[in-house]
Amino acid sequence: MQTSTVLLILVALAAISFFVGRKRSHLVAVGQGGAYGLHSLPKHYGYMAALWAGLPALLVLILWVGLESRVLTNMVVSQLPAEIQALPESELGLYFNQIVSFAQSGSDALGLSESQVAAAGYYQELLADSRVMKASLVFLVAVIGCLLALQRISPTLRARNHVESIFTWILFACSFIAVLTTLGIVLSVLFEAIRFFHAIPVTDFLFGLQWSPQMAIRIDQVGASGSFGFVPLLVGTLLISTVAMFIAVPVGLMSAIYLSEYATRRFRSLTKPVLEILAGVPTVVYGFFAALTVAPFIRNLGESIGLSVASESALAAGIVMGIMIIPFVMSLSDDIINAVPDSMREASLGMGATMNETIRKVLLPAALPGIVGGILLAVSRAIGETMIVVMAAGLSAKLTINPLEAVTTITVQIVTLLVGDQEFDSPKTLAAFALGLVLFFVTLLLNVIALYVVRKYREQYE
Amino acid sequence: MNSMTVTADGVISSPATARADLDIREHEHVSHYQTIGEPFVDNAKMSARNVNVFYDDKQAIFDVSLDIGGNEVIAMIGPSGCGKSTFLRVLNRMNDIIPICRVQGDISLDGDNIYGSDQDTVLLRARVGMVFQKPNPFPKSIYENVAYGPRIHGLAHSKAEMDEIVETSLRRASLFDEVKDQLDKPGTGLSGGQQQRLCIARAIAVSPEVILMDEPCSALDPIATARIEELIDELKANYTIAIVTHSMQQAARVSERTAYFHLGKLIEVGDTKEIFTMPKHELTENYITGRFG
Repeated sequence: MQTSTVLLILVALAAISFFVGRKRSHLVAVGQGGAYGLHSLPKHYGYMAALWAGLPALLVLILWVGLESRVLTNMVVSQLPAEIQALPESELGLYFNQIVSFAQSGSDALGLSESQVAAAGYYQELLADSRVMKASLVFLVAVIGCLLALQRISPTLRARNHVESIFTWILFACSFIAVLTTLGIVLSVLFEAIRFFHAIPVTDFLFGLQWSPQMAIRIDQVGASGSFGFVPLLVGTLLISTVAMFIAVPVGLMSAIYLSEYATRRFRSLTKPVLEILAGVPTVVYGFFAALTVAPFIRNLGESIGLSVASESALAAGIVMGIMIIPFVMSLSDDIINAVPDSMREASLGMGATMNETIRKVLLPAALPGIVGGILLAVSRAIGETMIVVMAAGLSAKLTINPLEAVTTITVQIVTLLVGDQEFDSPKTLAAFALGLVLFFVTLLLNVIALYVVRKYREQYE
Repeated sequence: MNSMTVTADGVISSPATARADLDIREHEHVSHYQTIGEPFVDNAKMSARNVNVFYDDKQAIFDVSLDIGGNEVIAMIGPSGCGKSTFLRVLNRMNDIIPICRVQGDISLDGDNIYGSDQDTVLLRARVGMVFQKPNPFPKSIYENVAYGPRIHGLAHSKAEMDEIVETSLRRASLFDEVKDQLDKPGTGLSGGQQQRLCIARAIAVSPEVILMDEPCSALDPIATARIEELIDELKANYTIAIVTHSMQQAARVSERTAYFHLGKLIEVGDTKEIFTMPKHELTENYITGRFG
């Protein structure tokens, strides 16, 4: 039986358990003067039975699916001739993959040895057994769970509290998964980065002014310097982000002020969805907008006044990235300005201040910490943005602060390092992990600052 | 004059005024309704004539005519939702902020129509200041709170002049002695009563002629309330004060005239003493004796 079928039947079993559990609580309650004699509502007994039937069985299913392939592999390999078992790990893996693909598709037995065909048959047998065992074990656990729950149902059973605590644990497990995933990503990046730093010293990476990650794979290759100075990438990233913020912050902030303080309800209800659409445009669309429209326009404009502008310039990428971030800055600032109590507006307007003075002297100072927090969140988005920069700002790692030249960013270099066929033990590929680690720390730092500022803001008004 | 037609659909009711609602219904059948007492005075500072206020289609004030005399304290009382706060806010056009609010009738300050096309809310609000229900100092220093108005209106030409204005205003609000050593501390750090006196100081820093107070003591404890009431007594030498209050004792203590509002209508107005000792209208009497409110 397929795993999905097992899952569906399990859900059905849990549903049946719910109804049986509820029914049973009614039966138990008869001697107690009806449902009022029960500690909890009948549905809670139903939920309890369903959870007892579903959860342990689900756990068994997950474990089985997770471990199945490893156990099967070991069983098949142990049946193979001794000389094949003695092969190095990578060749053994290849050999085994041939068995599996033959067993699954049943075609192309030509290139296979006799022992492989035999092993494939054995593998198929094991797989069929495993499926039957999986299904029966899962259903057995479900039925036992359900019966145990039913047996416990009595008028004094605190089913409501029981169900509540199970749900608390489910919620805890979900948040734990999120934390675990983050930790896993950070650790895997960290370990790969450490491998990189074995090949390239940390100081060369952090303080080097030259980024040219082409490494000689063979000894006779030329033109590969393999220098991994990270400074030009950082400067490029900051340059583009700065340009983006110069666009996004004034436009976003001022439109937020207009929307929250001046706009009529009608205008607001029309504008907000449009800006949400702007936020929903995929970055790759912004990317070719930048590369095909904005960048040539800036180059032509620059040439017409006698400036030399690269056809892929930091300015073009920054402007388009800024446009992308406008809705982000705007909606955060809008929320924060709206959160300033109306009594502040009334106080200022009641003194005879104009709307403009009220905004400049009362609302913005009061909302400033929150706005700063929002802007920092926007900056960390700008730093993490990849697609626009890949398409519009180019790949040349030039150390410059002239926005008219082509620069490259950390994220773009990660993409180029990992695109295509790469070997995962050369510093060139591992450099991507080191870059990822640095990027992670930069955005983490900004987020921490942003959260700190936002929290401080929250304490100001209740 | 002062006739009003009460229509069934024009009556605003809310759960809080359900009992009051029953009471007014007896008068719905009266097609002509006259405010009892004398709404007009000789030395009127502000005067309202036949004022109607609408929120969208709902009418909140029905044909109210009332004078506010120079250097007097007039109290406006009435059950919740009776329109007394709305009327107060109409007097310095604070209702302009609310887009759905519409005002009909004439309101003048020293004879000039404040809703006239040549009127500017900036100047009007400098002449008619306001103190709100909940103390609302800016999250700035005590000094900056008081200096806010004078800065906006360009009243001080030097630091020394500004210091002078701030000190005078704080003294008039009888707050100076308590805060003179901490003028650079945030105004939000003061106690509720001190915050409200700071708001009064802020209002009088621009030398208004009229001060509107919208239940200024409703968020304060009795001691702080007593201080504000004393202050109102001192301020009336220099300012005209209109105060909305829920507390009849407060109205009786601080005001010279009292106006009783009920469901958007000005029912009765007269000398405070008379209103509280010999109310002429049944509704006023019911309210004052605590039969509803």
